[in-house]
Formats: sequence, C-alpha cells, structure tokens
Amino acid sequence: MERLKIVVIGASAGGVDALITLLRELPASFHLPIMLVLHVPPDQPSLLSQVLAFHCELQFVEAQDKQPLQAGWVYCAPPGCHMMVEPDGQDAYVSLNVDPPVNLSRPSIDLLFESAAHAYGQGVLAVMLSGASDDGAAGMRTVFALGGQGWAQAADEAAVATMPQAALAHNPRCKEMPLRGMVAQLLAVRQAMPLEMTA
Amino acid sequence: MCGRPDQSLATAVPVSDFDIQLHLLLEGVFLKYQHDFRNYSRSSLRRRVQQAMDHFGCTTVSGLQDKVLNDAELFSRMLQFFTVQHSEMFRDPQHFRLLAEEVLPMLATYPSIKIWVAGCSNGEEVWSLAILLHEQNLLERSVIYATDINAQALRTAESGIYASNRIAQFSTSYLEAGGRRSLSDYYHAAYDKAVFDRSMRRHMVFADHSLATDNVFSEVHLVSCRNVLIYFDRRLQDRALRLFRESLVPRGYLSLGSKESLAFSAHVDAFAPLHTEQRIYQLRA
Repeated sequence: MERLKIVVIGASAGGVDALITLLRELPASFHLPIMLVLHVPPDQPSLLSQVLAFHCELQFVEAQDKQPLQAGWVYCAPPGCHMMVEPDGQDAYVSLNVDPPVNLSRPSIDLLFESAAHAYGQGVLAVMLSGASDDGAAGMRTVFALGGQGWAQAADEAAVATMPQAALAHNPRCKEMPLRGMVAQLLAVRQAMPLEMTA
Repeated sequence: MCGRPDQSLATAVPVSDFDIQLHLLLEGVFLKYQHDFRNYSRSSLRRRVQQAMDHFGCTTVSGLQDKVLNDAELFSRMLQFFTVQHSEMFRDPQHFRLLAEEVLPMLATYPSIKIWVAGCSNGEEVWSLAILLHEQNLLERSVIYATDINAQALRTAESGIYASNRIAQFSTSYLEAGGRRSLSDYYHAAYDKAVFDRSMRRHMVFADHSLATDNVFSEVHLVSCRNVLIYFDRRLQDRALRLFRESLVPRGYLSLGSKESLAFSAHVDAFAPLHTEQRIYQLRA
C-alpha cells in the first residue's frame, strides 16, 4: 500500500451513492490522484463531477485529453469516450479516445484499469463498486498481473452486486470490503506517508 | 514527403513486458517501414496491437513483431490496426453548422480558399466540407488538401464511395448541420454503394503525409484535424499543432474533435477559441 501511485475506480448502476460514501471521507489533501469511470449515457452531459464535488472535499473534474494528473483530484470519464492514463516520465496525464465500446461499455472500466496497470505496475489500487455488468473484471486481472491490488465492494452493501462479484470471481486476490473499510485503509496509508508526500 | 525522425519526440519509459515489446515493435516498424508510431498514445495503441495479435494469431507482441518485420504485405494489413478511424459525414452536426455559418463566410473573403484535412482517413469529412463549400458557391475557388499516412484509406477517400447503409445517418447529420438541399443531390446509388459527385473531386488533393515526420506543405485558411490528436501523446500532439500554426494564415481556423483540447498544449496561447464547446479555434494574428 505504501507504494500506491494512483487509485482507479469503476462503478455503474447504484454507483453514485457508493462513490459519495467512499469519497466524502477523503480529505482535500489526499496524496494520490483518483481516476473514475462511471457508466453514463453517451449522448448527454454528465453532472457527475458537480454532484460529487457538492458532497466531497476532493477536487473533481470531467477529464480532458492530455490533462496532467495531480494528487487530491478526481478525474471523471466524460460521456461517450474512453478514459485512460498515459505515463510521461515521472508524471502522467489523461488520455481519451473514441474507439468503439469495449464489452458494451464506453467509457470502459477495463480500459482504465489496464492503462493504469501498464503505467504504474504495483502502484495501482483498483476499486470496483456497485454495478450490473462485468466490466472491470478483466481490467483488474491485468492490475494484479502487473503487481497492483484490487478491492471490491462487499456484496451485502452494494446496491447492485454483479460487478464487484464479477471482479472477485475473476481475481482470487481481490479483497471484498465494505466502503467503511476502504476509507479506513486509504486514510491509514495517507497517515503513514512521509510529510512531504502528503503536502 | 519522405520523413526523418523528429529529435524533440522522446518517448516514455515502458514498465510492463507488454509495453517493452510494444516499444521494440514500434522502433522496428519505424526502422523498417519509416512509419512512425512511436509517439502514439500507448494507452490507445495497446488495445489495437492486442487486436492485431489476435487477428494474426500471435500470443506475444514480439511474435507479432517477427511477422511484421519479415512480411511487408502483412505490415500493410497491420497498418489498418494502427490507424483505424471511425468517421462519418457531418459527424457532430453542430460542429459543421458552425463551420458553415461562422467560418466559411470569413473564408469567402479570400480570393482563393485552401483547407487542410489532416488525418482524413476514409474521407467522410473531406466530402462533407466540399458539400458545404459548394452550397455557399465557394467550392469553385477552393482546394481541400486531404492527407493521411494510410494509402488504403486515401484511396477510399479519393473514390468518394461509401456503403449505402451508412447514407441514412449521413443524410440526417447533413440536415442537422444546416444542409440546404438533399444529400441525395450529391451522390448516385450503385448497387449497395453511394458514389459521390466526381465533379467535386477536382477540388481535392489527396496526399501521403505524416504529422509525426513530415513538414508544412502549403499555407491554408482552415485546418480540420478531428479525432486524430487524441491518439497522439503530448509531444506528438504539440508537433502536429506546430505544423498547423505554421501552415495557417493569420486568423486562420482550426477545427478539432469533440473530445480534444488545446488546454494542455504548448500552443494554447497561439489560438483563441471561437467556439470552445465545438472545438473551433482561430490563430491569433
């Protein structure tokens, strides 16, 4: 956990409430960038970043292509396109594309997770929240294969447990956790960071 | 327009085995075929290379590299995976409406009009622009330079022939874009194809040109480069934008795709947004 460089989150049906519960507990000074794919309709503007910003201390933005990643910011995938992370030396930035849907989804959680795995290896934490598809399960396999870790929202707590259950089924090392447990772990990691890394 | 590597384009250090082999594949392709994909966005390339591996029956990128480097014919098929684009006529109709209502009337003030469609792929955009120019009586004094690195796509673009099952969508978008007639005035149907009016072809120049390795070839009044820069990394995007800057007349126009942005480019201050949401910019004088 000390090696974490990025948190990537996938969510779908029932995901907004879970996101609010999870992210509102993280301070504005959170030490990592967070990238977030929520399945949204492709042809209308999404209010996701505004809704989450209303409840949370973190900064939220609908991601733009080539936007540099910064700690304490949450990058939300825009409707109708894929969002990935592109490494750039010591830094990284957002990469969008309009390739066809993957596994019926655009944005695709699989593509976000895979790109993070290739960019950061063991520095990735992939989190799967409530949802009704199996998008993200394959992406999480890549995360584990390249040394990262994964969490799935506990089935009894997820509004729709299909997606976190698929992640667990495909990834034996994926941890099933309640949102409260996720918050506690993320805050504990931050506490353990040397001061200059949390600034 | 033979290209040479651009020294300003350093690439990111690969982490995973897949990325290491991808890096080697791209270097090999460049050395052998002079097609430079080294500064394409890795996150977009991985999926495409994976699809090529599935298609050619390879389990590793190195296996694919072995085939690609030893079989020029296979490489030409591989090119379709590297460069596949999904375009439509009058894609994002509001964008074309703005071009017709706000940009073309300004271009009309020039004695002759030059437009560059960079990364034209199968040419849907080229023919769309020609139709808009025609409807404002501007096509006769216009030239559209349509460039791409994919010879097969250029041939399709030049033919102006599209599957007729795509025409309904094209027609809807044409009308939403403010088209003044019926799209069917511009093509004739032949079996399952729609063949666009050959007389418009006289105002188009199709050429092999790489935004990664080639340079500026003409002064132009409008550059349209839509859904190309998102597939480039930051450095290559900046190189392409430099070419557009050097190519455009003062106050010339730049049209980008709906998910593209100048905000994080080295050239952001060179352009003023004419319409931010529709990604139409104007070069500052």
